[in-house]
Amino acid sequence: MFETLILMLDATLRVSTPLILAALAGLYAERSGIVDIGLEGKILGSAFAAAAGAAVYGSAWIGLCFGILASVGLAMIHGFACITHRGDHIVSGVAINTVVAGLTVTLGLDWFSMGGQTPALSGDARFTDITLPFADALASVPVIGQIYSNLLSGHNILVYLAFAMVPVTYWVIYKTRFGLRLRAVGENPQAVDTAGISVAFIRYRALIICGILCGIAGAYLSTAHNAGFLKDMSAGKGYMALAALIFGKWRPVPVLLACLLFGFLDAVAVRLQGVELPGIGEVPVQAIEVLPYVLTVLLLAGFIGKAVGPKAVGRPYVKERE
Amino acid sequence: MKGIFLASVTALAISASIAQAADIKPAVVYDQAGKFDKSFNEGVYNGIKRYTADTSIQVREFEPKNEAQVEQGLRRLAKRGYSPIVAVGFSMTSAVEKVAKDFPNIHFSIIDGVIDLPNVQSIVFKEQEGSFLVGALAAMKSTTHTVGFVGGMDIPLIRRFGCGYEQGAKYITADATVIQNMTGSTGAAFNDPTKGSELAKSQFSQGADVVFAAAGGTGIGVYQAAKDSGKLAIGVDSNQNHIQPGTMLTSMVKRVDQAAYNAYEAAQTGTWKPGFMVLGLAEGGVDWALDDNNANLITDDMKAKMKDISAKIVSGDIKVHDYMSDNTCNY
Repeated sequence: MFETLILMLDATLRVSTPLILAALAGLYAERSGIVDIGLEGKILGSAFAAAAGAAVYGSAWIGLCFGILASVGLAMIHGFACITHRGDHIVSGVAINTVVAGLTVTLGLDWFSMGGQTPALSGDARFTDITLPFADALASVPVIGQIYSNLLSGHNILVYLAFAMVPVTYWVIYKTRFGLRLRAVGENPQAVDTAGISVAFIRYRALIICGILCGIAGAYLSTAHNAGFLKDMSAGKGYMALAALIFGKWRPVPVLLACLLFGFLDAVAVRLQGVELPGIGEVPVQAIEVLPYVLTVLLLAGFIGKAVGPKAVGRPYVKERE
Repeated sequence: MKGIFLASVTALAISASIAQAADIKPAVVYDQAGKFDKSFNEGVYNGIKRYTADTSIQVREFEPKNEAQVEQGLRRLAKRGYSPIVAVGFSMTSAVEKVAKDFPNIHFSIIDGVIDLPNVQSIVFKEQEGSFLVGALAAMKSTTHTVGFVGGMDIPLIRRFGCGYEQGAKYITADATVIQNMTGSTGAAFNDPTKGSELAKSQFSQGADVVFAAAGGTGIGVYQAAKDSGKLAIGVDSNQNHIQPGTMLTSMVKRVDQAAYNAYEAAQTGTWKPGFMVLGLAEGGVDWALDDNNANLITDDMKAKMKDISAKIVSGDIKVHDYMSDNTCNY
């Protein structure tokens, strides 16, 4: 039983990593007042760019750079439309999602002629699992050893990076001058402008950070968790991350917990399939699949309470006299 | 002047119709996994490639992006006079049925689906026989007496794979444990490698050391997980041994390429017939794959046993239960 739990938590870490990265990316964007429904598109675009880069240059790190570049590029397009030209954030985000879904497959067909997929990656072209020091030695120690060597050790570096990003984000948002301004821009851009700080510049910087984090999430999907790009491989993770962001009320630690919950439910769904539960019998696949969504609705309705976003989110900032 | 113009138009029309009578205008509609899924659709694509190479007749291809496009695509092809139109996959059954009724002169061949119309040919396979074979092989190779099965969408057709696999495994090891998982309940379940990889890892942690994936593109994730964990995987539909050489035990081959090829060839020679075609082990419709990529994993003893089992299935000594005959699988 304990071992099963450890394995389920292990799977939870793997599955929630892209969610955490994408949700934190969304956190930066939305805290600065930019609605980012284009998380999905950025993840997908970066997954493709990372896999393509890793396949061509044979290095996962170069792939990661390409992924981040692609994702930041998309974020800048979003910024150009929403900040500079005061466009509608949702329209721009959806446009990015749609363009990327088509563009990745088209470019993939043209470059690799494998039906929109990239070649399968192996060796250095993938982020491989890291065994933490003493993991093997401690494996035989009951409970603590198992937690350390099975649960904490043996993930790839991007998993650790994702978890490290949570305290970093907390620090940036709440403890730095940039974070204060970022939050202020999302709540009351007029006040920030009065203080002589450029609203547009703060928002652009927020989007660059958003792009970098989404880039890592995408690279994780195609070069760490899987080995290669497959069309539509982001499979709604961007939207899930957005849901986790609202669920976690735009705060780093609750967002992390929301992502872990989603990941855990996913892992449970995988594990419970075909298992005979006492008194119920075998649970049909459909019932298990729906579990994460039902729980989300129940938790949101019953326990979390009202989620209120940044006040100025989604509204373009217009200087009063211009 | 007008007379000359009319005459030349008529001549053109006649020559065009002659050209059509000599050639056929074949077409294919893939399912949503896309033609390069390294599995089912790609098998059909390989058959078409071979057909085009042999006859230099181009086959018009259509890849629907969503379910709604399937019927539109079929209708458009039929309207433009393409015949025969090969529809790939059970998911097109209702669309093909509707379109075939509206175009009684166009011939349709549907793979994996059953439609009773005078202009539709239904090609189905005895997947349970091929799955029985790979199940037996999995059980021979397994040291833990636990083998896994990852299905794509939860439908009777995929359950049929799983059931045959279970029977095969238990034919070799009577008390073998067969863990069965389905990826999902929509068509997207055939294109979700991340979920496939998680399902496979979960099965490995429950003791399985050979996993059979009948899940289209989702299988790619299963094979990768097997490679990463040092376990074995079994491919499906086309020979997938080359995807992860060395950790692919074998593939359950469904000769969809041959089915598509035969449909076009029959149409060309005028022998295309509507009705049902059931391709099993005896007809060469299903088999297990042995090539350079997995030769090291298969011992001579295993080969001999597999040959014996094949012969017994063909002769009827081993009766493989078909899940779709009564929707149960009790083994």
